Amino acid sequence: MRWIWIDKFTEFRSGQFARAIKNLTLAEEHLHDHFPGYPVMPASLIIEGLAQTGGILVGEAGGFTEKVVLAKIPRAEFFGVACAGDQLIYEVTLTDLRSEGAVVDAKAFLGGDLLADCEIVFAHLDNTRANQIFGPKNFVFTQQLLGVLDLAKAQQRAKELDGAPVDGEVNGEPPTATPAPTP
Amino acid sequence: MPAYEEIFEKVQSTLVDALGVDEEEVSRESTLQGDLGAESIDFLDIVFRLERNFGIKIPRGELFPENLVADPEWIADGRLTSKGVSELKARLPFADLSKFEADPDVEKMGDLYTVDMLVQYVQSKVGA
Repeated sequence: MRWIWIDKFTEFRSGQFARAIKNLTLAEEHLHDHFPGYPVMPASLIIEGLAQTGGILVGEAGGFTEKVVLAKIPRAEFFGVACAGDQLIYEVTLTDLRSEGAVVDAKAFLGGDLLADCEIVFAHLDNTRANQIFGPKNFVFTQQLLGVLDLAKAQQRAKELDGAPVDGEVNGEPPTATPAPTP
Repeated sequence: MPAYEEIFEKVQSTLVDALGVDEEEVSRESTLQGDLGAESIDFLDIVFRLERNFGIKIPRGELFPENLVADPEWIADGRLTSKGVSELKARLPFADLSKFEADPDVEKMGDLYTVDMLVQYVQSKVGA
């Protein structure tokens, strides 16, 4: 299993807001245990998806130079459940960002209704100490996780090149922006 | 400038939100770690909330300095030396060190972070 709890970014405004989707399917092992005969997405994994959406939003704001870790969830409220076959929409707004960390307001929607409302605090690991323990490699933003953002950027470029309308913005670029050259 | 009591009430509600404690638990003398159960990561959350609730800017390390004891020579036999105490006073100008000075046990340094210290600090910022 890959520890990636979002499927795709549909909007990404650098340093401000990100929207991602998560499709729930019975191919996911955990839904068979939670619960047998009643496949419900665990609230903790919804929070993880919101945290991954928010973590990438926070990390991108700093050019992915910081090791961004989930530090605290001061508030999390759930108003329903999501089952296999559902699509969750995660909307995360960056409310505070400073050198030590960040706070995001994170919401999950199901069918247009608010399903979860959370506040998440991220910390930037002290680079001096973290490098001693973990080494200089950024273990938070692995290529696998960042691949979700890269995919959204690639899809947007492809749509722009086709001249098709774009769902949302990616990386703060307006939908009509000239596509950046592929590295 | 807002009165002490006015700031205290806002600091109190800030700590209720940040630490999940009851309002009655938060008194002037309450220590953040010992009495209210704050952990290191909560300090970051408290800084964010104070900035938001009071509309102030809190530079990194100004309210909660990192590495309180910057020099190991400030400690002897588990206690702060007089040089250490005076350095600590300079780094925590809003803390009340009167009790600590009588018994400068390094284990008790955490008790210097009190609700009163937060109120004094915020008062200095909003009155500035």
